[in-house]
Amino acid sequence: MKLASRLLLTLVVLALALHAQDTIKVGEYASLTGKEASFGQQSHKGLTLAIEELNAAGGVLGKKLELITEDNQTKPGESATAVKKLISRDKVVALIGEVASGRSLEAAPIAQAAKIPMIAPAATNPKVTQTGNYIFRVCFIDPFQGTVMAKFAQTDLKAKKVAVLSSVSNAYSVGLAKFFKETFTANGGIIVSEKNFSEGDKDFRAQLTAVKAAGADAVFVPSYYTEAALIARQARDLGLNVPFFGGDGWVADQLLEIGGEALNGCYYSTHFSPENKDPVVQAFVKKFKARWGANENPDAFAALGYDAAYVLVDAIKRAGSTEGPKLRNALAATKNFSGVTGVTNIDANRDASKPAAIIAIKNGKLEFLKTVAP
Amino acid sequence: MSEFLQQLLNGLSLGAIYALIALGYTMVYGVLRFINFAHSDVFMVGAFIGYYLGKLVPEGTLWGGLLVLSGAMIGCALLGMFIERVVYRPLRHGPTLNVLITAIGVSLLLEYTGQIVFGAAPRTFPQIFPTANYHVGSLTISSNQVFVIGVAILLMIALQLIVFKTKIGTAMRAVSLNPKAAQLVGVNNNVVISFTFGLGSALAAAGGILYAMNYPSIDPLMGVMPGLKAFVAAILGGIGNIPGAALGGLLLGTVETFIGGSQFSTYKDAIAFAILIVILLFKPAGLLGKFTIEKV
Repeated sequence: MKLASRLLLTLVVLALALHAQDTIKVGEYASLTGKEASFGQQSHKGLTLAIEELNAAGGVLGKKLELITEDNQTKPGESATAVKKLISRDKVVALIGEVASGRSLEAAPIAQAAKIPMIAPAATNPKVTQTGNYIFRVCFIDPFQGTVMAKFAQTDLKAKKVAVLSSVSNAYSVGLAKFFKETFTANGGIIVSEKNFSEGDKDFRAQLTAVKAAGADAVFVPSYYTEAALIARQARDLGLNVPFFGGDGWVADQLLEIGGEALNGCYYSTHFSPENKDPVVQAFVKKFKARWGANENPDAFAALGYDAAYVLVDAIKRAGSTEGPKLRNALAATKNFSGVTGVTNIDANRDASKPAAIIAIKNGKLEFLKTVAP
Repeated sequence: MSEFLQQLLNGLSLGAIYALIALGYTMVYGVLRFINFAHSDVFMVGAFIGYYLGKLVPEGTLWGGLLVLSGAMIGCALLGMFIERVVYRPLRHGPTLNVLITAIGVSLLLEYTGQIVFGAAPRTFPQIFPTANYHVGSLTISSNQVFVIGVAILLMIALQLIVFKTKIGTAMRAVSLNPKAAQLVGVNNNVVISFTFGLGSALAAAGGILYAMNYPSIDPLMGVMPGLKAFVAAILGGIGNIPGAALGGLLLGTVETFIGGSQFSTYKDAIAFAILIVILLFKPAGLLGKFTIEKV
């Protein structure tokens, strides 16, 4: 009896081991819950869709892909734990994450030390890929985004005096504010007021009252969507009716839910617009809705999550292997890969240069304004 | 000058909310001599009750808003009394430290139960009261700010009346002064303590609704920061002292707002807390508190 149960146990272990070898494990860490849940949910849905499509088409190297997802709850510190678990316990061959730069920066050194390639779908702070040669991204970086918005403020908004309101405890916000200021002042603009807040703050009336007194023509808010929406509301309450504009951190359905009418006449830059009439984009929107429901609209992060999976699989195919160093070299050699967010070329800094889309908010709706090429 | 007045108004409306939460901390401390760390989470539950009730009444009406506000206050009063009955009462005769640690446990329990029940993603709080903006000279006053300050003042006056003019208030003060002696003269301590928790929790609920009206994005961890600030405000004013809590809240809100609007906005919380340390160095019992040596 004892022998029989032991044999059975051995068989089960063997079966599990065989099963484990059958798949290529891809680790994902994302903010599925918490303050920036929209970022994680969107990128997760895009990524899952891509993995399912790839598996339906037969997988890669004769194996199916297996996506292992960890939620970091939007909390500082959790991404590091999640990524350590994915690497040491789940033995993933590559990591995909995160949308937020701050949380990507937490995970990047761990991926680098373990020599597991990491692809950040939408972390735009330049420091992310500077962590090391195993860290990649499939989106543009903030020096470009800052330049786009500085030029937009000067030529389209005709703003001469701009105030900047950024979050000091958010790497993305600090970086984007800096790059915006550099271009804006270099082109003759004046920063009349610069105010800061911290992540999780909800009261911005103090800063906004000072901004109003400084007489700004427009206000640049490089923050995430919850703060941006609350800032716009409180600004309108205080009678500050100038345009507000920001970066891809504003992308989320909750932006309009929380901000409402206060956001009319505001603008932001992003990676992708589902309103784009390009057939590739429209096909993606259709597939996304078919998978996740008719009321679900893919945003930039869904599209980037989707592209990140395809870029990874493309590299695995070219490498013919899932070993860290080989996969890294194949990823670094990614050229002219065309996805739903445009063509991805990984440059020497492991960044991708892609066009930015500018979105206008009018009458409570998002309107695609224009695309700015890199 | 108008910027100064505007900031003062901003600061007072923020401080009024801190004051409402601080009152709950201070009342429980006054009666039981322990810090009820779960208070800031009762504040969160208040906002969520408001969120669900707000869906049942038409948006932007006065009666609907008042209904939501009183519903949340009653709901949280019951929750507060329930927590006291189930968790704190069995520990009442144990060391204060045990109760303190238990309070932290209840706080975490509420936060993470909230994440399961309400979900961890932030929700948008409905506009339950009618809103308008008034312009007085160059000042812009939003009806929400007026409402927050108004409700806070009304509730504080009501509280002062309850504590000093009613029988139960007299009993509360008696228990606070000496629980054993109060029992000897026929005060039912359990009823008084239960009532104190109910009252404090109702104020927290009101604070939660007012906070959510001004900052309409609510989540299960929304109580942590305002709770900490209110706790600080209660200490600043002199813990156990009701007017002290109100004063501490208003002071902290105002200081924070003025620093937030200056070029030192980066160091807003650091400076606000540094001021607290300085005040406590010179007045260790808080602004209005009486100094007594106590073992914790």
